[in-house]
Amino acid sequence: MPQQLNYLKETASQTAGPYVHIGLIPAMAGFDIFEKNFSNVLVTPNTKGERITLEGKVLDGTGTPLRDVLLEIWQANAAGRYNHPADRSAGALDDEFRGWGRAGSDFDSGLVTFETIKPGAITDRTGRKCAPHVNLWIVARGINIGLNTRLYFSDEEAANAADPVLNLIEQPVRRKTLIATRSERAGKVVYAFTINLQGPEETVFFDV
Amino acid sequence: MNVQAPALQDSRLNRPEPFRPSDGGFFQRDRSIHPPAHAPGYKSSVLRSPRQSLLSLENSISEMTGPVFGHNDLGPLDNDLIRNYAKDGDPIGERIIVHGRVLDETGRGVPNTLVEFWQANAGGRYRHKKDTYLAPIDPNFGGCGRALTDDTGYYYFRTVKPGPYPWRNYVNSWRPAHIHFSVFGSGFAQRLITQMYFEGDPLIPVCPILTTIPDQDALDRLVAPLDLNASAPFDSLAYRFDIVLRGQRSTYFENRTAGN
Repeated sequence: MPQQLNYLKETASQTAGPYVHIGLIPAMAGFDIFEKNFSNVLVTPNTKGERITLEGKVLDGTGTPLRDVLLEIWQANAAGRYNHPADRSAGALDDEFRGWGRAGSDFDSGLVTFETIKPGAITDRTGRKCAPHVNLWIVARGINIGLNTRLYFSDEEAANAADPVLNLIEQPVRRKTLIATRSERAGKVVYAFTINLQGPEETVFFDV
Repeated sequence: MNVQAPALQDSRLNRPEPFRPSDGGFFQRDRSIHPPAHAPGYKSSVLRSPRQSLLSLENSISEMTGPVFGHNDLGPLDNDLIRNYAKDGDPIGERIIVHGRVLDETGRGVPNTLVEFWQANAGGRYRHKKDTYLAPIDPNFGGCGRALTDDTGYYYFRTVKPGPYPWRNYVNSWRPAHIHFSVFGSGFAQRLITQMYFEGDPLIPVCPILTTIPDQDALDRLVAPLDLNASAPFDSLAYRFDIVLRGQRSTYFENRTAGN
């Protein structure tokens, strides 16, 4: 009998359930409890970078928007650097940008929004340039384990075409499921996205 | 004496960047211990489960990093659910302490990581505008809290034991008493939401959500045992709940260049 490795096993995931707001966004559940709250606004007035709104919906297998879904985003700053000690790339850190936020969908429309900045291109550890992107994590009632995907930007065509992750997707038609579409509305830059949980346009989800 | 290392013959090892036999990415997730996305016994999963294969992604810096939180993000009562929403007295229910460690798969504690928790009150009712169960709201109970783990990965909080409640899956489906947990870890790939259950609850084996987990050991690890040693005599019982996040590969040679 050889020596035993004795690794522990990861704790099993369970659905966040319909009342996830109580714990993670109590104001949406209808009460005020914490002195400090996390939100869908990632920027302060002093954050560096182009202000953008991410606006989207998550659709179920019938095309109906989820109205009880919670999304979190994690992204690099305008210089392409993550605010984390493991990122030792060259871009400057921005003290006014943590790079993380969470949002619940509107209980009527299912709309989810984030107020953030457009991230810079990231240089990975082998020196490759990666197209600017936002990492997305999705939980809800009926979702047994959080879904990981990414949002890329429609105005970054050249960078997207060279991105190593987008190019892992075999069918070009499926790459489009990760592209948020840029428009301007009342002087604000809005990137619109749709997450399809099922169907012919099912979003690409990652096993990270 | 300084011995010159032999010239490296493998062309991979002569690249300018340091050789990394192990890149610091997270251990591959063992999906056989997690519930499948599509679990028809839990009806809500049917229309909300992706049907395509997940695309496997070697961890890049985007997944190996994640948000960093500190004590400035929390308030002094955030881990005390008996006090953090009390208006004119204590909440109704069995007073309990829940404590444990956040570990990774190598057994190391995960320090300074954010743990968030939420639950129904002792009657099984959530303080949520969408919960219409007939059990009453407790005016002194909010039902949520959060804590940062210490240097060893340890966390604790105080609350009242939540009650079971009915829900619309089958006409007579009841959730066992449970507390929801959200944990971050150091990288976004470790992000996890789960639920803690209580030892001895007869609703555990018949819960359509809990039984989505295909592995009995994995299911058992969500059940917190009574921990009398950690109870506060004449005050509160205690339950112990350890949480394991994905382990991370070491970066053995990161600061060494070939030949040095």
